Amino acid sequence: MSRITSDVDTVRSGIRDRSLTVVDVRMPAEYKAGHIPTAMNLPLRTLLKDDSPETVARLAGSLGIDRETDVIVYDDTFGALASRVAWTLEHMGHRTVSLLENTYSQWSSLGLETDDTVPDASVAAYNPAMNDNILATHNDLESPSPNTILLDNRERLNYLEHHIPGAMNIPYRMLASRDGILRDPQDMRRIFENRGIRSDSRIITYCGSVGTLSGLAYYALRTAGMDQTRLYVRSFKEWRDLDKPVETQPDANYWDLSAE
Amino acid sequence: MSRPPTTHARPESPVPVMDLARMEEADAFAQTVKEFRQGTYPEDMFRRYRLQHGAYGTRMTSDYAMIRIKIPAGQVHPAQLERIAYLSEQFSINSAHISTRESIQLHWVVLEDVSEVLRGLAEVGLTSREACGNAVRNVMCSPTAGVCPAEAFDATPYAQATARFFIRNPLNQNLPRKFKFTYSCCEQHGMARIADIGLIPQTRTVDGRTQRGFRVFVGGGLGNKSYVAHQLEDFTPEENILYTSIAVVRLFDRLGNRKNLARNRLRYLVNQMGWDKFRNLILKERDLVRATQSVVVKMPVGPPIPEITGRVHISHRTGETPAGYARWLKSNTFAQKQDGYHTVFVGLEAGDITSTQLRTLSDIIQEYSSEGTGRVGFNQNIAMRYVHEDDLVPLYSRLLESGLAKSGALTMATPIGCSGTTSCNLALTNSHRLAKEVQREFLSRDLDADDALRTSSIKISGCPNSCGQHGIATIGFYGGGGRLGGDMYPSYMLSLGGRADADAVLGQNILRVPAKRVIPVILRIIEIFRERAQPRDDLKSWIHRIVMGGDDITVPEIRNMLSPLTTPPTMDEDPDFYADFGSDSSYHTKTGRGECAA
Repeated sequence: MSRITSDVDTVRSGIRDRSLTVVDVRMPAEYKAGHIPTAMNLPLRTLLKDDSPETVARLAGSLGIDRETDVIVYDDTFGALASRVAWTLEHMGHRTVSLLENTYSQWSSLGLETDDTVPDASVAAYNPAMNDNILATHNDLESPSPNTILLDNRERLNYLEHHIPGAMNIPYRMLASRDGILRDPQDMRRIFENRGIRSDSRIITYCGSVGTLSGLAYYALRTAGMDQTRLYVRSFKEWRDLDKPVETQPDANYWDLSAE
Repeated sequence: MSRPPTTHARPESPVPVMDLARMEEADAFAQTVKEFRQGTYPEDMFRRYRLQHGAYGTRMTSDYAMIRIKIPAGQVHPAQLERIAYLSEQFSINSAHISTRESIQLHWVVLEDVSEVLRGLAEVGLTSREACGNAVRNVMCSPTAGVCPAEAFDATPYAQATARFFIRNPLNQNLPRKFKFTYSCCEQHGMARIADIGLIPQTRTVDGRTQRGFRVFVGGGLGNKSYVAHQLEDFTPEENILYTSIAVVRLFDRLGNRKNLARNRLRYLVNQMGWDKFRNLILKERDLVRATQSVVVKMPVGPPIPEITGRVHISHRTGETPAGYARWLKSNTFAQKQDGYHTVFVGLEAGDITSTQLRTLSDIIQEYSSEGTGRVGFNQNIAMRYVHEDDLVPLYSRLLESGLAKSGALTMATPIGCSGTTSCNLALTNSHRLAKEVQREFLSRDLDADDALRTSSIKISGCPNSCGQHGIATIGFYGGGGRLGGDMYPSYMLSLGGRADADAVLGQNILRVPAKRVIPVILRIIEIFRERAQPRDDLKSWIHRIVMGGDDITVPEIRNMLSPLTTPPTMDEDPDFYADFGSDSSYHTKTGRGECAA
């Protein structure tokens, strides 16, 4: 199995010996102001405009990435944006794509090298080989295979207000550690196991709209050894748009407890 | 004292942090939840276990818990505040709630995640052990103990010692009901008379030597039926405090009512038996305790808190003094007995504080308090002490940036509101939101700046059980349901004239006020006060006189003056009247099994 996350040392030595391609998913302006040396810019926003395999393949190819390229993805949004890009590549059958364990801010606050030059990219041909085992659609939620655990990764108050029937709430903030985008696997496993989620569980994750928070959860689960995990990438927004049933926590004014 | 221009040295906390936590309890909790879910741990036993570890059920669901974090004597370290912020982001709703008993609560935590929170708390010395259930609850101490100009001496070490002695002590693991200790600094700032055991420091001179002791009050408390406590004896010397405490807890354990859930607090036992008889039992029991306790059993009073001498310097006073400073200074701070230092109360709404604000507060305390710790107060607030008077302006600016500078923290403009229907099983009304609405109205009318209102208080409970302490409020409310024909509306019983100081008395019920008429009724009371009071009166003394029958206005007259405001309109005339605050659907009462959540 290919690695799911990459630590700073792996990335730095990979940059040195040119064995991997680093992908920065922040906005172009942020990228231009400084990024990890040799990183290519593939903004999540660009990808979300059209995340069809053809378009993403063209986009990746234009950055010199093909399906065999060892790709490391990072963001500065606690890993959620990077996760969504990494998942998209994985969905297209990418062989090795992993998340940098840290955000860009953490990288630079560690005093590691940054760069503001845009590297030249050779053009590559990206041939998708779709891996639908990691994708969930609303059909999968309406008639789920037995014992499927549905995870809602939005914040608690949003979940209480309404969620897909039967979903369990694991807010994305539960997944991070103090100094990295994810807890260490042992911690993560303990937290999931407390919730009755085991390595043989079938899991579908979702969040508010585009699968970023739940993308992070997808990778959190994978690092904890839960390999049968799928992402409902269209998430709660599509579910609502399709007028599907929702569940709500009744008879409590929980919002009034929030100091916001 | 000379001060360098912009030094900023974070003080090493001079006060040892209490660590009452045990990491293994977190692991055991996780295991017990699993067994409960698998059906091998009986539900009633689990409920008791869960409460013993400080986790309540939540309104209409036991899948979520409220975790009540004990802050013994109210003293909280900045790192602990930061940790609570972090845990609230990960496992709760990005906000924490400060209770009226110096605990900090995390609500809507998934039951299966409670062990993770306990783990995170234990790492910084915090515990929720015996924050709920039938045990000695968080031991409170006045947030001004040690800095109050009127106190005999600092009660803080005694409060901490009491907490340390009783936690996990087999003596109090299965009491008939919960048991509350409150240490006060002086007569005026205290809640000593509404606790099971309340203590106020005093000294006397014996053979030319100053002897420390306390005035000990027994058998008070607020609830469905409230009582003011009785003073045990003129002077209880400090070496007798532990024996007295053990004696009362033992008597309660032995004689308390274990059958009737609604009548099993110590105050009912005292009332039923009669004070004189109970008092004699305490004195006898205390002799017995003293005679039979091992000499090893001592009050674990820590070393005296060292005098704060170092001073945190922030910056030169630069720039202008922000607007609102004078108003804030007057209504949120007071001068300590230590020269040049102020205690500052942070203004919140009904005790709610966001994780971001908790973090900011943690930083601010380190930067501005020479003591280096915060103190959770009696009124759902947090105080920071030993702020040098030269630093008050920059501190205000800093608080202002983070929404923590609401004025009126020490006035009636900041009402108490229990959690109400936001999370509590027993609540009938959204008292929590109502408290916030009242506060916003008061601040928008600048009523926090009115000297005649300053000493009064407003306290709101969502049901008759008094977690909002309405019984000791100048103007108190407790929730219930009203009805016009077949339509229900949220409503409150108004009580007037309660107080918890040396003239402690419980408020007198006046009339039922629909929820949506509470604010107009409060404003009308203030209006009548302004029309009818004597020039020397403040609102508190005027109301006190009325309820004691010593004024030319009588309680029935007040009732008559207020009652026109309480007439319900029909549903067609005013549908909003029939919805509670924070809700747009029509009102119905709904309660679950009580676990007594404050």
